Amino acid sequence: MEPVTSRVYQSLSQLKSPLFRGSLLTSASVLERHGTDESYHAARIPDAVAVASCEGDVQAVLRTCSDHGFPVIPYGAGTSLEGHIHALRGGLSLDVADMNSVLSVDPDEMTATVQCGILRSQLDNYLRDTGLFFPVDPGADATLGGMISTSASGTTTVRYGRMRDNVLGLKVVLPGGKKIQTGKERRGCSSAVDLTSMFIGAEGTLGVVTEATLKLYPRPEFSRSTVCTFQSMEDAIRTSVKILQQGVGVSRLEFVDETSIQAVNRAYQSWHEEKPSLFLEFQGSETSTKDEAETVKAIANKNDVIDVKTATELEDQKKLWHARHNSYYAILALRKGGKGVISDACVPISRLAECIRETKEDIADTNIFSAMIGHVGDGNFHVIFVVDLNNLDEIRTAKEITSRLSHRAIRMGGTCTGEHGVGMGKIPYLKAECDATSLELMRTLKKTLDPKGIMNPGKIIPE
Amino acid sequence: MSLSRVLVGVKRVVDYAVKIRVKPDGSGVDKTNVKMSMNPFCEIAVEESVRLKERGLAQEVVAMTIGPSQNMDTIRTALAMGADRGIHVVCDQDLEPLAVSKVFQAVVQKETPQAVILGKQAIDDDCNQTGQMLAGLLDWPQGTFLSKLEVENDALKVTREVDGGLETLNLSIPAVLTCDLRLNEPRYASLPNIMKAKRKPVESIPVADLGVDIKSHLDVLRIEETPKRQGGGKVESVAELVDKLKNEAGVI
Repeated sequence: MEPVTSRVYQSLSQLKSPLFRGSLLTSASVLERHGTDESYHAARIPDAVAVASCEGDVQAVLRTCSDHGFPVIPYGAGTSLEGHIHALRGGLSLDVADMNSVLSVDPDEMTATVQCGILRSQLDNYLRDTGLFFPVDPGADATLGGMISTSASGTTTVRYGRMRDNVLGLKVVLPGGKKIQTGKERRGCSSAVDLTSMFIGAEGTLGVVTEATLKLYPRPEFSRSTVCTFQSMEDAIRTSVKILQQGVGVSRLEFVDETSIQAVNRAYQSWHEEKPSLFLEFQGSETSTKDEAETVKAIANKNDVIDVKTATELEDQKKLWHARHNSYYAILALRKGGKGVISDACVPISRLAECIRETKEDIADTNIFSAMIGHVGDGNFHVIFVVDLNNLDEIRTAKEITSRLSHRAIRMGGTCTGEHGVGMGKIPYLKAECDATSLELMRTLKKTLDPKGIMNPGKIIPE
Repeated sequence: MSLSRVLVGVKRVVDYAVKIRVKPDGSGVDKTNVKMSMNPFCEIAVEESVRLKERGLAQEVVAMTIGPSQNMDTIRTALAMGADRGIHVVCDQDLEPLAVSKVFQAVVQKETPQAVILGKQAIDDDCNQTGQMLAGLLDWPQGTFLSKLEVENDALKVTREVDGGLETLNLSIPAVLTCDLRLNEPRYASLPNIMKAKRKPVESIPVADLGVDIKSHLDVLRIEETPKRQGGGKVESVAELVDKLKNEAGVI
């Protein structure tokens, strides 16, 4: 172990409880896991992993690492897509997954306060008999801390908004070990500077979020899901734009291309129609969802739909949505050992069809294999390339197409990072998206909060 | 044909997501401040009963629980999922499956349902006995480990998950049924339904009023956590592996 690392390790091991009650791990497989996310970026392994059991542990770790100027990378579930948790300068991976309790639920105020290591699915499960739920669903089973740190959105954003709209307050431990409580635990309170907002999307570069107060919503009384299959992607996208422009109250509106569905069928031996498809979900009452589904059917029929299937029983809906929810891993599985290069462009709805068409043309010019899925409800879509990490040409082609797509999206008034965050992969585009003074302000903020630069170094802000 | 009344049993157990701990004195599981929920297999039983009603195959669904005052929460959840009314047999001690079946028998005699639907087992004791014992006490046919339930020609056509695959049976009515995992996906309780549930009638019956013998026949000697997993070891050659299997593990 490097001298600095061993000094940090010693400092942490010597901390007597109650200062540090967690554990320190250095086995190869644990380190590897904490240096690899779900992207194609090569693994960057930390020097050690500290598993925190409580807020006090997080404070002890940040204090110790601050004293030694040692990098710290907060780690939740490792589902990030742009190398967010990769230890670019070594350091300590701070695993908060054990801090996963629901601290309180207030059914009258419709809020919940949770520890940030809790998985989205754990929270959903906990709330299942309260009649309330937390709606943001990024697709991956990430921790709430991870979702906050990347300002996640997802399949339900078209109706319920993003993390930013649904986080009321945070507890954050700052570099140096001090802790703060941002926002209030109730909705509708104003305060001087919106500190909560600052940490949402900060990807662990400004501090470690340990607790969050979240806005909950009544679970819909009834939900109905519909899948529309089309001959071409253009028909599907055109239909989705018409559905949105007509103001149909959809709760999920997703596009999945035929390649993705083929991948799912192959991975799971399922029998979904292998055609460009729209997956929709309507929530409300039995009658309101029926009306919405019929409106969509009528629109789809006017736009050359091949088939419309609707389901109401929970397990039938799950079967329908299976093709969308499992697409990423199924697509990766098409190629043994393949890794994903995944774009995250988000454009105004009015430019969506144009953006996708130009992207498709660009891809067709190369010979590279790709699949496409998207939250077309927010103008957000993902192109997924499955690359062989040993084939540098392939990786370069995939990155070039993604780069052109990112610039295309920015040019069309959108963003290159709809929901995956910046991590390390999207840093080059930040200059195109943000003006120089904004970037300067971000740097100043970072330097003020983290003068030694220990928090997740090398992420978000271009140097 | 439609069943006039279905009786569903619901048990309040430690929530399946909780990491349980054994009390230091080995007397039991530490349940202080631990989240309690309806047993997952009971949720499936309630869901199936409510679906029967929605399909017009059952007229009334009655949810029943045995336990202390906190069990009211469990009944209310069943009501929020669609049960019509509840029966709370108030009892402060933990009952063994035989005692539970006898309590159910007494309530069955009172309520005369045409089907009793239970979860196949509870996730705290994993006994998987109540349904079978109840059928024995009532001398009713039983369909256990159901993955499918249909009402056809005045009989219950059930599909059971068995070791060899799936078994389909016709049971005459009345019958006892126990539900397995793949029978259905239980619905979430919505807020409006939780509100409605508060106004549905629940009858409280002290267990003594049923005149049932609930004496326990089992003594719990001790409860221990499973031993911690030991690390494995690596060997350099097949000869070394064989040697270890023979002389250390003693398995060959």
